Amino acid sequence: MPFIPHTEADVSEMLAAIGAPSIDALFDEIPANLRAAPLAGIPPGLNEMQVMQLMRARARQDGLPLCFIGAGAYDHFIPSAVWAIVTRGEFYSAYTPYQAEASQGTLQTIYEYQSMIAALTGMEVSNASLYDGATALAEAALMAVRTNRKSKSARILVPRAVNPHYRAVCASSASQQGLKFEDVAYDPASGQTARSALAAWDNEDVTAIVIQQPNFFGTLEDVDALTDWAHAKGALVIASVNPTSLALLKPPGQWGTKGADIAVGDGQPLGCPLSSGGPYFGFMTTRMEYVRQMPGRIVGRTVDLEGRPGFALTLQAREQHIRRGKATSNICTNQGLLMVAGTLYTALMGSEGLSRVARACMARSDELVKALTALPGVRAAFSGARFHEAVLLLDRPVAPVLQALAERGIEGGFDLGKHYPELGPALLVCATETRSTDDIALYASTLRDILQTARTA
Amino acid sequence: MSTSIREPLIFDYSRTGRGATAQWVAEEAAPALPAALRRVTPPALPAASELAVVRHYTRLSQLNFSIDTHFYPLGSCTMKYNPKACNSAALLPEFTGRHPLASEKHSQGFLRCMHELQEMLQEVTGMQSVSLSPMAGAHGEFAGVAMIRAYHLARGDVDRNEIIVPQAAHGTNPATATMCGCVVREISVNADGDVNIDELRAAVGPRTAGIMLTNPSTLGVFERRIEEVARLVHEAGGLLYYDGANLNAILGKVRPGDMGFDVIHMNLHKTFSTPHGGGGPGAGAVGVGPRLVPFLPVPLVGVEKRAGGEHFRLLTEADRPQSIGRLTGFMGNAGVLLRAYVYMRMLGREGMSRVGEYATLNSNYLFARLQKAGFEAAYPERRASHEFILTLKRLAAERGVTAMDVAKRLLDYGFHAPTTYFPLLVPECLLIEPTETESKETLDAFVTAMSEILREAAEKPEQLKGAPFTMPVRRLDDVRAARELDLVHR
Repeated sequence: MPFIPHTEADVSEMLAAIGAPSIDALFDEIPANLRAAPLAGIPPGLNEMQVMQLMRARARQDGLPLCFIGAGAYDHFIPSAVWAIVTRGEFYSAYTPYQAEASQGTLQTIYEYQSMIAALTGMEVSNASLYDGATALAEAALMAVRTNRKSKSARILVPRAVNPHYRAVCASSASQQGLKFEDVAYDPASGQTARSALAAWDNEDVTAIVIQQPNFFGTLEDVDALTDWAHAKGALVIASVNPTSLALLKPPGQWGTKGADIAVGDGQPLGCPLSSGGPYFGFMTTRMEYVRQMPGRIVGRTVDLEGRPGFALTLQAREQHIRRGKATSNICTNQGLLMVAGTLYTALMGSEGLSRVARACMARSDELVKALTALPGVRAAFSGARFHEAVLLLDRPVAPVLQALAERGIEGGFDLGKHYPELGPALLVCATETRSTDDIALYASTLRDILQTARTA
Repeated sequence: MSTSIREPLIFDYSRTGRGATAQWVAEEAAPALPAALRRVTPPALPAASELAVVRHYTRLSQLNFSIDTHFYPLGSCTMKYNPKACNSAALLPEFTGRHPLASEKHSQGFLRCMHELQEMLQEVTGMQSVSLSPMAGAHGEFAGVAMIRAYHLARGDVDRNEIIVPQAAHGTNPATATMCGCVVREISVNADGDVNIDELRAAVGPRTAGIMLTNPSTLGVFERRIEEVARLVHEAGGLLYYDGANLNAILGKVRPGDMGFDVIHMNLHKTFSTPHGGGGPGAGAVGVGPRLVPFLPVPLVGVEKRAGGEHFRLLTEADRPQSIGRLTGFMGNAGVLLRAYVYMRMLGREGMSRVGEYATLNSNYLFARLQKAGFEAAYPERRASHEFILTLKRLAAERGVTAMDVAKRLLDYGFHAPTTYFPLLVPECLLIEPTETESKETLDAFVTAMSEILREAAEKPEQLKGAPFTMPVRRLDDVRAARELDLVHR
């Protein structure tokens, strides 16, 4: 019996100790008419060799295309040490550290994680992680409403240049509690959220504004101007940031005169493989004065009975198992194991390693944009400064081009048509440090062929 | 005295000029950033050698109890063995390398696994359709209650905003109801552990959106009048929500769909053995009956017949206009879903039914032996499900030894503690769930340790107050942790 160690003798002795005639008799409190028929829809079991053969075949079917898609998930190199340690059973198969004395490894790792994420974002305190960048943004919006008690509107301004999937998650996760998310336009020339686009709310009550840096187009926002505008009118600033970029970019804690109030983002670039979209981890940092409004687990350093330092979950009075219907969030399980991956990655990279990755990403993506916009029928959409992504405009519909690229082993980018139809045929492309000059040349020559063939056909 | 296993902070290994330089990519001349956007001071991250980092986190890992190293009978958490094959398969390079927005051409293998996972979960729960996107149990709960709310709103039934929960429910249930803009009505539980039907009858009405139930309940017993509960709620126009926390107890034996539930979330990290990871990642797939299918969160995995065979693709808002929408950046914890898929394929049809059987056998065996050893059951006249509750109220009154003291002392004996002080309505309780993957010898050793602790409680109760003695730290000062907040290293 896979993963069940019982011998027949064990079962007999155990039933005798219970005083039951059979295992089936243990289900005698369940009404007989409810008992399930055999599960015909489940195939027979496989041994490990068979299941691995099956999974290798499925994996081969998908292959390893050359990937130039970003749009919220980035293909970075992951040092071998990261997953060698993440998959140690002591991290992999432990549970939430409720018994602090038997969980000091996880608890200290969370404390170190909180320290690193706070340092990276330039903020005072961090939680132990949330599900992903999108849900972290939705939680930040809810937190802003709890925190900004002077504002009564529950109005959250969200630039259209914020990741559209994140915007969708905010709407589906937070609007039940009365939050109103309102779009802010981007400047069609620069791809930035212009200060002038906020004029419509100059005399309106606003609870918070979201600023994504770099924004979904890869363009860098004028974070200082947007932050100061919000603070001048009593609104909070929620920063949604890419952690790799923070090695080079001004951290949210230093935006404008007073700094952002809450910073969130997806930790995926820090040691989490692409893996079809998860598991990743969301991070959240804030000011110390708002810590009691923060959702999720938080670890603190304290002392034990003998006065020696140790770590424990703290501020649990915010959480669902104590506050029930009045909790800051229903979250309990978060993304602990990916938090460990993020901590290991960040510890290995350090500030020097991370800034080299960030600069290599910028250099590669700049190279990519130059190579592709040199082709006839391809041009850059926006003039604003970029980090590692860019929007390209094509002279024809994007979908067939992406399909032709995929046929030739290249994932060419993310089609913006569904979310930004006003741009016309627009493609979001990305290159990280893992894409070589040869990879970029191959993409450019393949795209040239595809565009030419179509033109002459 | 406790053995002193100490490990400094990673920051203590940091020296200016040091680093894991094998991880440094070449210096590149990147385009200049506008001065106002540049970071001036580098982040204060560790500057440590690769060996220092590896040794530090390996040593930290060794301070943890885990399933791989210890029996972990944590009630309501289903700490069963996490097969290594599940991890190996999910970490195949094509799976870890697949971008979530990859073309359908480079996604058929992955999507086929996900589609089959949807179908297998439908089969074991008796539901009509499944969405895999919620990323934890609480996230699945949110999806479930949001669907119930959307269903009523779509019918113009706008006043139905009351969610009924039994007193003993997980804290997530009321927290979720609030997040969905609903209000909570609590009903009590009888002395025998079943829901108070009279209170339920009085509670249901035109405001009822639905009821959230766990079955077997959080009290470790099967809700025997579940069909009557379902009838009362349905007749009042409400829907039934199944909290899948305890699905392991009945896997292959009873299906929530057959009990009358309209929506269920499954904790794949419990029942389907994906790792708990020290607090996630989880996966909280939701299944629904016919009335809620249009409201499932997107994306879903759909299939269509084509000339070359089956073709899989993600269904979005365009395919499901009534969907409650998107709950995650992409499609949930895909890597966790792959692990659950591999687990289900290894167990197969027969293995699936054995889960519920042997989890229940182990639980009832431990229950019987611990009662014989002198522990008091909270519901002695009831069958244990996959877990059971002991109450130490007598021990607390007579010897001053609490459930917390016993839990902490168990750590010294090499066992992770059971869940303590949940459910809240049983005083001084231990909620114990052994799972099906533990051997009789392990359960016997646990009984021996518990008996030993009972003897200690009789002979030297004051000593138990100081447990544990052999862990890396003694009991921690939680009050100080909350009062003098030290949340980051400076």
